[in-house]
Amino acid sequence: MSKSVIEVPPKGGFSFDLCKRNEMLANKGVNPPSFRKTGTTIVGLIFQDGVILGADTRATEGPIVCDKNCEKIHYMAPNIYCCGAGTAADTEAVTDMVSSQLQLHRYHTGRESRVVTALTLLKRHLFNYQGYVSAALVLGGVDVTGPHLHTIYPHGSTDTLPFATMGSGSLAAMAVFESKYKEGLTRNEGIELVTEAICSGIFNDLGSGSNVDVCVITKGGKEYLRNHLQPNPRTYTSSKGYSFPKKTEVLLTKIIPLKEKVEIIEGGDAMEE
Amino acid sequence: MAKQQANWSPYDNNGGSCVAIAGADYCVIAADTRMSTGYNILTREYSKICKLADKCVMASSGFQADVKALQKQLAARHLIYQHQHNKQMSCPAMAQLLSNTLYYKRFFPYYSFNVLGGLDNEGKGCVFTYDAVGSYEKVGYSSQGSGSTLITPFLDNQLKSPSPLLLPVQDAVTPLVEAEAIDLVKTVFASASERDIYTGDKIEIVVVNATGIRREYMELRKD
Repeated sequence: MSKSVIEVPPKGGFSFDLCKRNEMLANKGVNPPSFRKTGTTIVGLIFQDGVILGADTRATEGPIVCDKNCEKIHYMAPNIYCCGAGTAADTEAVTDMVSSQLQLHRYHTGRESRVVTALTLLKRHLFNYQGYVSAALVLGGVDVTGPHLHTIYPHGSTDTLPFATMGSGSLAAMAVFESKYKEGLTRNEGIELVTEAICSGIFNDLGSGSNVDVCVITKGGKEYLRNHLQPNPRTYTSSKGYSFPKKTEVLLTKIIPLKEKVEIIEGGDAMEE
Repeated sequence: MAKQQANWSPYDNNGGSCVAIAGADYCVIAADTRMSTGYNILTREYSKICKLADKCVMASSGFQADVKALQKQLAARHLIYQHQHNKQMSCPAMAQLLSNTLYYKRFFPYYSFNVLGGLDNEGKGCVFTYDAVGSYEKVGYSSQGSGSTLITPFLDNQLKSPSPLLLPVQDAVTPLVEAEAIDLVKTVFASASERDIYTGDKIEIVVVNATGIRREYMELRKD
């Protein structure tokens, strides 16, 4: 993250930031907060009976792992799930928001939600924010019109694909898909391929890691396989353990009872019904 | 016109962490073997540890091209010393040499964060820790690199570093036995690789004691 307050675009140009305000804040010691990005590998593919989504489970704050087992496959509707990469707050907020909108829509129409509905709601929202809502999504589901898989970019563009990958590990995962994907995969073949692609991201991309989550969506229903594979157990635990002596000495103990603010009046009237 | 920013940097950070712990008659130096750039792994089996003299070993993290150049420079100077003095350089002597070599490039530094470990002239363990431009200090233990912020607080807690403000000056050399120190190093790297994306793959552990130099490896998380 650049520490300069005024972020000049790399090749020069106009800065659209609130420069004077940022400078004033920086002088007062208030620095812009860094945001937690998921630095992720997310994938989706269409198989014989529906859609399979996959994701890793590492959330990073710069070079540090802040969550070793987070959930990146978000619920949108009973038949639609969405994987999110980019800024964690953005992916959570936008998927929760559209999920609620879909539920209201279901009540209004009396019908099962369609994937294209979720797609349009998401892309409209992201386009309105001109890319500032940093959410890159892989949306998949099965509805009356069949299985669907889409990718949505932070600026609001979408693609409809038979297999897709997003996030910092997308190249590693796509390499696996491009080699091994074929149409008409069975459920087990599909799960295996998705797992392999996510593992490729986990081991070759530093922004992705920990476990593999898989979600299988078919006409009959959905199966959310949380931590389907856990290829990264802790490598070493000391057999003798470690003790942590209390280093802070207690110098003085003083207890001050708080005065009761409520005065109890004896013999008051009973409360009226 | 706004101040021009450089659009190319001569440096890169290859990540990784290193640790050294000094004991009464041994010194443990360890580093992970992952070399990375940005979000990619260049190799899982790169040694960041270099033997400078019989009783003196250096581990460096940072920009490995600069580290390699620094190691070559020190090796050459050591060879000259051996020709002139007919003996190997002692660890404290090598420590001073490293400091001078780093400061020589004060205005275009070696992007190299070093820990030097070994036995001093009396056979007691010693560890020296450096910054990129040669400021150094003899300490009981030290950690450098991307995982150092995760490792150092734990070492501080376990190795009970005495306050440097106390007089007489107390040595921070740990009373732990060699096996215990190695156990500590393994635990510390296993923990660091859980939370630091640049630390992982394998640890290379080098132990310097009266019998010589010994090397061992341990597997770490590969994600």
